[in-house]
Amino acid sequence: MTVVSDRPDPPASPPRARAPRRRLGGARAGSLLGAVPFLAYVAVFLIIPTLVVVVGAFAGDGGFTWSNVAALGEGYILDAFARSVALSAVTAVIGAVLGAVLAYALVTARPGGPLRRAVTAASGVLAQFGGVTLAFAFVATIGLSGFVTVFLRDHLGVDLYAGGVWLFELPGLALVYTYFQVPLMVIVFLPALDGIRPQWREATESLGGSTWQYWTRVAGPLLAPAFLGSTLLLFANAFSAYATAAALVSQGNPIVPLQIRGALTSEVVLGQQNLGKAMALGMVVVVAVVMTGYTLLQRRTARWLG
Amino acid sequence: MAGLRARRARRQRVFRWTVLTVAGVFFLLPLAAMLEFSSRDGGTWSLLVDWPRLAAAYPDLAEGILASLGLALLTTLLMLALLVPTAIWVRLRLPGLRPLVEFLCLLPLTIPAIVLVVGLAPVYAWVNYLIGGSTLTLTFAYAILVLPYAYRAIDAGLSAIDVRTLAEAARGLGAGWTTVMVRVVLPNIRSAVLSAAFLTVALVLGEFTIASLLNRTNLQVAINLLGKSSATMSVAVSLAALVLAFVLLLLLSLFGEKRKAPN
Amino acid sequence: MTGVEVHLDGLRRSFGAVHALDGFSLRMKPGELVALLGPSGCGKTTALRVLAGLEDADAGRILVGGRDIGGLPANRRDMGMVFQAYSLFPHLSALENVQFGLKLRRRASGDRAARMLDLVGIGAHAARYPHQLSGGQQQRVALARALAIEPQVLLLDEPLSALDAKVRVQLRDEIRRIQTEVGTTTLFVTHDQEEALAIADRVGVMRAGRLEQLAGPAEVYLRPANAFVADFVGLSNRLPGRLDDGAVSVLGTRLPLVAPATGGPEVTALVRPESIDVVPDPDGAGRVVSTTFLGPTSRVTVAVGETLVVAQVTGERLAGLSVHTPVRVDLRPVPVALES
Repeated sequence: MTVVSDRPDPPASPPRARAPRRRLGGARAGSLLGAVPFLAYVAVFLIIPTLVVVVGAFAGDGGFTWSNVAALGEGYILDAFARSVALSAVTAVIGAVLGAVLAYALVTARPGGPLRRAVTAASGVLAQFGGVTLAFAFVATIGLSGFVTVFLRDHLGVDLYAGGVWLFELPGLALVYTYFQVPLMVIVFLPALDGIRPQWREATESLGGSTWQYWTRVAGPLLAPAFLGSTLLLFANAFSAYATAAALVSQGNPIVPLQIRGALTSEVVLGQQNLGKAMALGMVVVVAVVMTGYTLLQRRTARWLG
Repeated sequence: MAGLRARRARRQRVFRWTVLTVAGVFFLLPLAAMLEFSSRDGGTWSLLVDWPRLAAAYPDLAEGILASLGLALLTTLLMLALLVPTAIWVRLRLPGLRPLVEFLCLLPLTIPAIVLVVGLAPVYAWVNYLIGGSTLTLTFAYAILVLPYAYRAIDAGLSAIDVRTLAEAARGLGAGWTTVMVRVVLPNIRSAVLSAAFLTVALVLGEFTIASLLNRTNLQVAINLLGKSSATMSVAVSLAALVLAFVLLLLLSLFGEKRKAPN
Repeated sequence: MTGVEVHLDGLRRSFGAVHALDGFSLRMKPGELVALLGPSGCGKTTALRVLAGLEDADAGRILVGGRDIGGLPANRRDMGMVFQAYSLFPHLSALENVQFGLKLRRRASGDRAARMLDLVGIGAHAARYPHQLSGGQQQRVALARALAIEPQVLLLDEPLSALDAKVRVQLRDEIRRIQTEVGTTTLFVTHDQEEALAIADRVGVMRAGRLEQLAGPAEVYLRPANAFVADFVGLSNRLPGRLDDGAVSVLGTRLPLVAPATGGPEVTALVRPESIDVVPDPDGAGRVVSTTFLGPTSRVTVAVGETLVVAQVTGERLAGLSVHTPVRVDLRPVPVALES
């Protein structure tokens, strides 16, 4: 029965420069020099590439043009965006639901216990696990001669690919993406679950509420912003992913990142380079909008469950 | 007494272990499958640990492995050189600049690698012209890619100590700015710097997008190429690379736990 | 509304090898406020949580109004509960928090929730959210929420211990006022003896899962049942004494005992500072060692030979008792407890 203080340590008052005012101008200029290498580097390798994409998206042979951006309205590009959005949304929702269940299973365990620490650490690793190696992991598992495929065929007589080789198409991508989406959800959703105080459940019970009422009226509404925000983050994560799809998809360029690859590597059609930039800009816009939503929802979560 | 609470705790335990078992199978199955798959050809693993034979049999793979190791090292050094002094300096002398630095460091999170590579193409035309087309020049792009993760690690380390008071105390004792940075602040954020370095290595070893689209051969590009000719070998190398990344990141998380423990 | 009788009978509860409740029994009269007082780990919170249904008991009966409710889950026990802190739902306003329990019971709330907020003095802040309220205001809302459902029993689990000293005293007095007004049987758990003495009709002092004494505040203070109670409630001097003929001689004064004692003859008596008077006397056996000014009353430490004695004197008398002053130590003949 310890006394819990509900106030965090008082924030240290912002330290003020104690140098005499007169010296400040010179000192400030000198100090700024210290940040120059970093800023210059970031300008060259981050800001300029970003500007190249933004400017390039509106650049044609004779200067400014809308034609690149207008080309995004073409059927095959719209289809690619639609498929990208669908793939990201499906894997985000599946990842969010499964990840939330897994995270909840974890918070019912002892907070500092070994089980929880092990699963959190493993999630941190698996959430970073993507790209070519993950694609090959699934080829080894449920590829045409994969471990599970062979086992099912030889022992149970089940043919995974009776309806076509779906692993190398969108359904396969969805399954493989789930593999890193679920652990990512565990990592981003766990802090919100930890913010749920046991008193809320006990208060609900003592006020006469059932378990169902607790989930629908207290825990559900409290966790909704965090769940939604995390789902958005998962969406952005899947939407940006390239390597897994590049290694897995064998035919065509069904999603936007692969379309961009196509635009970058093909030199057949003149002006394709700038179409790639327009698509890249489209991706940035989607990701930026989604991440803004995520940030806003995170803020709400911090106020309720911080 | 009915033991209502005990019954609920038991239900919860059953739920917990059911979920964790299902999740465990889903996440371990591909790893087990990789091991089984790569062991189908007897010689695969013995070839993988025999560097001269490997280099002779798969020159592209050998080149990719060397390139990725070199990139990991160079990117770590570049990241530390760029980020550590700047982060400390901004906290000490330019607090007004901190929001800008933080924004720039986190910006790559909203710019997918596939987008960055589109914009990097012209920049790399200049890099090729000025210092040549070596695979190791990817370091410049990778330093940007790891920026958000490395920055968070280092910033967390700096937040945990009172940089300003430390610096004022040292300056009061007659230390110059270089001494303050190297001998006072740096030793206190050692573990944060180590975290940033681990993350950088793990991310660089897994990078595919930029290398592939700038036509360089690193580990992941080599594995992808190998997948078309020798599936067994490519899966074996994937597993090896994965285990290495696992070990690195697990060390990192265990290390992080230990660092937090005394507080 | 009148309160009901609450009877906890022979409760047992172990966590591993620790017996949080070890045959704990307590009978609360209708409308009474009982404070459970004890050091941390004595089982007082466990007792409250078992009564609330938030914790299983291994054995024993819980009777409320003569009905055994041991088999009922927490949500059907009809108890209002106030926690130490953070128990308000952060996504609901103060008013919505108070309405919450009424809505769960589908009870037409009318303006009951608003009236409860007025009762606890938060009427003006009904639309505010928990993060916009101070700690003390949050606890007021929590109290209103617990009382809104007209519970049979009100349970307060260290409701003041997360608050500042000043707010604590203010809210303590107000809880007492409101409890008297609504007349609900109330169990109040605290580790703060001053709080327990100030608020309760009866104080139950607990140790190691058992009740050591259950009595009115004055009795617990003035006639502690044993040395543990004397030591835990209020300050006590440990003074060497001699047991003889049902009384104890301490520093030359014969003092009655709170309970018959055996053993001895050398014993340690627990004597309150306010039962000791210190008078300047050139021939006195004591010397003033130190003084502490505490406002209306002050404390003087006196050395009598090897023994240090702490006495309480009024503020104005402190002036004549500077360090090294020779003094006489007088003990008032009130009953004392002996250390076992």
